[in-house]
Amino acid sequence: MTLLITVFAAVISTFIWYKKDDRKEYNRGFLCLMFWGASLMWTVDAVFEYAELGAEYFTPAFEDMINDAYLGISVVALGLIIWTVSVLIKDPKGVIRGALTQSR
Amino acid sequence: MACFLVPATEAVITTAVQMVMKNKEKKADLSSSHATEKIESANAKTGFSVKLGWLNKMLWGGSALLAFEHLWHGEVVPYFPFLTAVTNGEVSDMLAEMSSVGVTMAILVTAIWGAMVAISGVIEKRTETSEEGV
Repeated sequence: MTLLITVFAAVISTFIWYKKDDRKEYNRGFLCLMFWGASLMWTVDAVFEYAELGAEYFTPAFEDMINDAYLGISVVALGLIIWTVSVLIKDPKGVIRGALTQSR
Repeated sequence: MACFLVPATEAVITTAVQMVMKNKEKKADLSSSHATEKIESANAKTGFSVKLGWLNKMLWGGSALLAFEHLWHGEVVPYFPFLTAVTNGEVSDMLAEMSSVGVTMAILVTAIWGAMVAISGVIEKRTETSEEGV
């Protein structure tokens, strides 16, 4: 479930990266690559788990599935937080710089 | 247990390599600044340091999100020695997992990046030849 949610996040962020022209300005590539990197790593994890459990891997207990979904959503939230911080540090429109100099 | 440490270690190395490459590319750009044509052709191509940045982003991002997952499952703790496997005396199991799952993760991410670099190289060559044709 975590893998599935991360793959969806990767696909959606890639679609947005492809569609919008200001992709460099807002570090959209970073968001895509972060989710794709995690998706690839969890794919490896899933393959090893499948090798160990066999078909049982596809029939997890309901409680495990809920926990994994909760984890997946938290992972996406963390990824978005990391990306937001990177955009705020880059400050492409100078909004933060402007706000800081105005408050002085 | 701690499989994310393998791609994270690779990320440290590739980030260092990227920094060195970036400096070299900057120096090369400055030394050839008298030949404007040369610069124009260099700008048309994506520098290797930029391409290495793609790998870094995948490795750092993936490792960070996986580290969070390990924290979630209690395999990583925010106090020394940080890894539950070390506290429980399961170091050999942890190393076995790192050498199997961790290494495969690093290889897969690097292989995908290699494919991305190869594809971008082909696209750049095609653009070059089409520009020459015009």
